[in-house]
Amino acid sequence: MNNGKINRVKDTIFKYVGILACSIGLILLAIFIGNILIDGFSRIDLDFLTSLPSRKAEKAGILTAWSGSLWIVVLTFFISVPIGVCAGIYLEEYGKKGRLTNLLEINISNLAGVPSIIYGLLGLEIFVRLSKMGSSVLAGSFTLSLLILPIIIVATREALRAVPSSIRAASYGLGASKWQTIWYQVLPASSGGILTGVILAISRAVGETAPLIVVGALAYVPFTPKGIMDEFTVLPIQIFNWVSRPQHEFSINAAAAIIILLIITFALNGIAVYFRNKWQKKLS
Amino acid sequence: MKIKLESKNVDVYYDKLKALSNINMIIPENAVTALIGPSGCGKSTFLRLFNRMNDYIDSFKLSGDVLIDGQNIYEKNILVDELRKNVGMVFQKPNPFPKSIFDNVAYGLKIQGIKDKEFLRKRVKDALVQAALWDEVKDDLNKSALSLSGGQQQRVCIARTLAVEPTILLMDEPTSALDPIATTKVEQLITSLKEKYTIVIVTHNMQQAGRISDYTSFFYMGDLIEFDKTDVIFTNPKQKQTENYITGRFG
Repeated sequence: MNNGKINRVKDTIFKYVGILACSIGLILLAIFIGNILIDGFSRIDLDFLTSLPSRKAEKAGILTAWSGSLWIVVLTFFISVPIGVCAGIYLEEYGKKGRLTNLLEINISNLAGVPSIIYGLLGLEIFVRLSKMGSSVLAGSFTLSLLILPIIIVATREALRAVPSSIRAASYGLGASKWQTIWYQVLPASSGGILTGVILAISRAVGETAPLIVVGALAYVPFTPKGIMDEFTVLPIQIFNWVSRPQHEFSINAAAAIIILLIITFALNGIAVYFRNKWQKKLS
Repeated sequence: MKIKLESKNVDVYYDKLKALSNINMIIPENAVTALIGPSGCGKSTFLRLFNRMNDYIDSFKLSGDVLIDGQNIYEKNILVDELRKNVGMVFQKPNPFPKSIFDNVAYGLKIQGIKDKEFLRKRVKDALVQAALWDEVKDDLNKSALSLSGGQQQRVCIARTLAVEPTILLMDEPTSALDPIATTKVEQLITSLKEKYTIVIVTHNMQQAGRISDYTSFFYMGDLIEFDKTDVIFTNPKQKQTENYITGRFG
């Protein structure tokens, strides 16, 4: 066989290896979703969404869980986004390339790899105990904010880096200050990318369980949070709780709650994709 | 002939690399001065001295004096943003902001805090008229500047610069990304602008330098080899190197 023929055979082989690799993930996901849908879809109705938790499986609902999740997500958003985006802007636009920035950069990448339960322990010590917030929505949000900050910072920096330097040069050339250039040109041009990162980070926060258990989110809360200092539960913890019960009815409840959680996560990811596409079109 | 820009004993280093050595040159007011020379000869670096765009390069180091109207623009008390309102720049590749044509041209004024809509509209129109673009875009000022052709984009960038009413225009190969028709338009524009502006243009195109400039300086490997009236440089250069370059024997 000549070289060209070998290369074409290799091409074909790799194509099928690639298809196989992709389908493993997709098939597993499809099986999982199919399973969940069969188990839980018929359980979802308005009552399920608006009922408090109960010891009786058929009466139990996820009102406290999804409202707790909503509280957590909104608070986490308002805590983590300003801090994360500002930190990203500083590191990318202002930070002089020196030892301090290097140190910060390495540590931020490290933080992104720390297991989430460690963040839970950190949150328990700093927010629940030291700051005396107790097992509140606020403490939970701060903990999750810590967890997703590295993701937001990294996403922000990448989005800023993707803005062509010619735009900055043009802005400076017209007499704009650094802040004006960032505010009027760089941030608008990178907002789609930043938003994508933020939404992906938030959708990760929606699904986090371990750190919130450590911080003290309860599985059974008979009321919805009325303020940031109230106790709370979230969807993943409710699911975890139901799954661990022996009765079959509860695992049906869990399946139904998983569907709701997946819908929320997919919706968030969908929004992220939408903004990314819109942003890419705008720049080219 | 009044002197607008001047460099005295200018050395520029990027780290240890010497990019310009001992440049002494004057640039006359209300004329077009072309900077020519092979790639890497330092002509762009020289051009960017006058609006301090080299400041963003970490390794950039300068010694000597760079003067505008007799004032050293590298002194401590010089406000760089004020300087750049007086010294406009047009870049090699058209780089309009991803915004509407109107917002592109109005940007320089908006960042000065000017909000008066009537005033902005008038200035934008004047600038686009000056840049010979008004007739082509007057009906779609709200269209994205990115939807224009390359030549139109470059004229938006020129209009954007003119709207701030500078007295000096720096142009870094402004037609190198344009087709011949767009190039002709921009060249005509440059010629018409020199009544009001002092224009310095970097170009790789000998014919262009010959067509539009009044003065030409030839740079080679960080040295200013020769500076004179354009017709003298092109017909009767004093230096052998200049002659070789212009006749295409090297570079």
